[in-house]
Amino acid sequence: MALSGIQIYKLLPQTNCKDCGYPTCLAFAMKLAAKQVELSLCPHVSEVSKAQLAESAAPPIRLITLSADGHQVKAGHETTLFRHEKTFVNKPGFFLRVSDDHTPAAIQAQLAPAAAYRVTYVGRELSLDGFAVESFTGDPAAFAAAVQATRAVAERPLILISRQPAVIATGLLVAGDKGTLIHAANPGNWEAMAALAKQYGAALVVQASTLEELAGLTEKIKAKGVEDLVLDPGARDLEGVLVLHTQVRRLALKKNFRPLGYPLITFPGDTADPAHEAMQASQAIAKYAGFIVVNHFEPAVAYPLLVLRENIYTDPQKPIQVQPGLYEINNPKPDDPLLVTTNFSITYFSVANEVEGSGLPAWLLVADAEGMSVLTAWAAGKFDAEKIARDLKRFNVTDKVRRKRLIVPGHVAVISGELEEELPDWEVRVGPREAVDLPAFMKQAL
Amino acid sequence: MPVEIIKDNWPGGVRTVTIGATAADGGTRQRTVTVGGEKTLPFLSFESPMPHRPVVAMEIKDQRPEDWSPLLLEAWGDVVDDPVDWAKAAEAAGADLIQLSLSPADLEGNPNTPARAVAIVKAVLAATGLPLLVFGPGQADLDNELLVPIAEATKGERLVLGICEDKNYRTIVAAAMANGHLVNARSPMDVNLAKQLNILINDMAMPLDRIIMDPTTGALGYGIEYGYSAMERLRLAALQGDAMTQLPMLVTPGYEAWKTKEAKVGRDVPPEWGNWADRAIHWETLTAVTLLEAGADILVLRHPESVRRVKAAIEELVIGNS
Ligand code: B12
Ligand code: SF4
Repeated sequence: MALSGIQIYKLLPQTNCKDCGYPTCLAFAMKLAAKQVELSLCPHVSEVSKAQLAESAAPPIRLITLSADGHQVKAGHETTLFRHEKTFVNKPGFFLRVSDDHTPAAIQAQLAPAAAYRVTYVGRELSLDGFAVESFTGDPAAFAAAVQATRAVAERPLILISRQPAVIATGLLVAGDKGTLIHAANPGNWEAMAALAKQYGAALVVQASTLEELAGLTEKIKAKGVEDLVLDPGARDLEGVLVLHTQVRRLALKKNFRPLGYPLITFPGDTADPAHEAMQASQAIAKYAGFIVVNHFEPAVAYPLLVLRENIYTDPQKPIQVQPGLYEINNPKPDDPLLVTTNFSITYFSVANEVEGSGLPAWLLVADAEGMSVLTAWAAGKFDAEKIARDLKRFNVTDKVRRKRLIVPGHVAVISGELEEELPDWEVRVGPREAVDLPAFMKQAL
Repeated sequence: MPVEIIKDNWPGGVRTVTIGATAADGGTRQRTVTVGGEKTLPFLSFESPMPHRPVVAMEIKDQRPEDWSPLLLEAWGDVVDDPVDWAKAAEAAGADLIQLSLSPADLEGNPNTPARAVAIVKAVLAATGLPLLVFGPGQADLDNELLVPIAEATKGERLVLGICEDKNYRTIVAAAMANGHLVNARSPMDVNLAKQLNILINDMAMPLDRIIMDPTTGALGYGIEYGYSAMERLRLAALQGDAMTQLPMLVTPGYEAWKTKEAKVGRDVPPEWGNWADRAIHWETLTAVTLLEAGADILVLRHPESVRRVKAAIEELVIGNS
């Protein structure tokens, strides 16, 4: 939590020397509290005070970055409990877990499809973020082999899972890079785990069965100089995860409670049922997880979960949008059909993907509807005859499109009359309501 | 190290609303469903127990829905040809409530008529002991034409009549009031519009404990985040004491999810989308579970497997209360 002006004043020299450009230390403190000036303007502030002020200015949830081969996954730095208040910033990383009781070949076969998985949603390429290797055997050599096998197929950050420091040590040695995450330090092994984290520059999950114990443990580990921590409060069911994640996030944001001011990791994969795992993972996305470890990978579940993550982490003030303009699909010629839609990303890609998939060439006029869907924009007066006619001219459509025929979305059939008035020498045709029906419509009617 | 658990202490709470009436209360239902009553954000049992768990309504239609995904038609089989059989199957599949959606026209294309709609509603009531929600085709004029005679013919049943929007709320509210029913007040994902509609309905002297609020939602990938945030904001407003938002919320993830290409279509889609049937059910259940945690009290679903999964999720979320 940020300090008040008075609290800051108490940390300043209180000499009113004016070197900072303000008449009094108090005036300067007030400006600092309002975040309108930098502390460096005061040349006389003590090192102790500097450290305290820096600590209080630090974000309430520490940023943790995992990395490997140029890929990064970040968690933390969140500032709100509710996404409507301010955008959630760092999307939780998805990790797929493998266990060292399989042969390296079996591990690679299991991981390869997940490592190669890419899916496109509103023009963005989505993929898993990393892999978690768990020691099931307790044998350091088997673990090292499993980590090595994983590394070979997946150029992504790793989470290494074992309670035994000796096992983790062999894994870290093989993993090589600095941005690995260790799971986990607990009340029994924390000193050795903290030492490993320090030695290898790894981040460290801290696990305990109560929040009190967890907070105590993070403080002890921090005192050893390891600050890149992640919390595992232990719950593995929907209710427990919701409650604990809510409590941790509230403590961090509302009380600036440093001992729990770290990202959270959760394990939906610990439930045996893949259907239930998917629901738990969806909860974790909306409810404050920083890292999500799953046991099953199927495109049919990875795709909806990755989309949900995009949706929940969208800026609530600004719809995702594409640049308005005239788009070419499948190399259209001047006489090919012209369609019009809005610049809301979901709308644009629904239409563009269908047309592209049909293989038929077409022009697509993407009107500036301030990033709204067809009906929303129409209801808000951002996608009416006048606006469409305006953009048709603004984007010089007739320089490229010869045939003066415009296809409008079926949902806004009502605007065709007015559009004909706005564009007297144009033919206006009403297309289907849903983009899925566009290929058939284009084949038959155009 | 001591940790002070932060408990929100809200001045307000959500009203309870009871759907359906048993013989003792002038209806014919074997059981009733009560929703609402929350005094905290969803499932935060450490602040206050959730008095009534959220429920799942299963959507059925008055005739074979030709435009539904083949996956749904396959899952239900022949019962979709007869709303009576369908209602029984929905009850057997674990639904807490049934939502009967009326079509604008019959399978030959003749406009739906009050006589037909009333007959079907009565037959469904006779076939199941569950409380019933009856939704019109979603065209304001036709909704009025069908729902008024239905309300009269089922007096005292405490049905939920929908869709009650700013365009047609007067007629539907009047019919619900005169015949002891409830209404589903739908507004387009906006806190103020939801509130305003509740005020208008309440101004007609409809008691607030007979209004369910439907803030509209979008499916996963198609605007769910707008619905999610509208619901969180409405629930926060209710807890803060804003009386006109203190109503249980109904949302229709089944309808929204099965409209998407991801759920509806199996052919000519990217291979990265994975197995169609699995994907479709995830689309519906993940939409539903996400909205559940934003404050949904009634989730209207379409696939029997989704009902099973979402009910299991609700069970796990309320366990902390027991
Ligand atoms: C999400 C949403 C919002 C979001 C905005 C999202 C956005 N960026 O646009 C928010 C919450 C902000 C919003 C606001 C409003 N909304 Co709104 N909203 C929706 C909702 C739920 C989904 C819209 C959506 O994203 N659809 C998905 C996209 C992909 O669909 P689409 O653009 O139509 O594209 C499809 C087709 O049209 C077709 N298509 C597209 N282009 C083309 C082109 C051609 C040539 C062809 C053939 C086909 C085609 O392909 C696409 C896929 O099939 C709908 C209800 C619903 N469930 O559908 C209401 C809805 C559109 N909203 C509505 C209203 C009234 C409003 C508001 C005026 C009210 C309010 N809430 O204040 C405001 C207006 C905005 C403003 N003043 O700021 C109404 C419109 C009613 C009407 N018929 O006029 C709707 C239908 C809800 C309702 N039933 O009342 N809304
Ligand atoms: S420079 Fe520092 S000591 Fe001098 S008035 Fe400003 S705040 Fe006070």
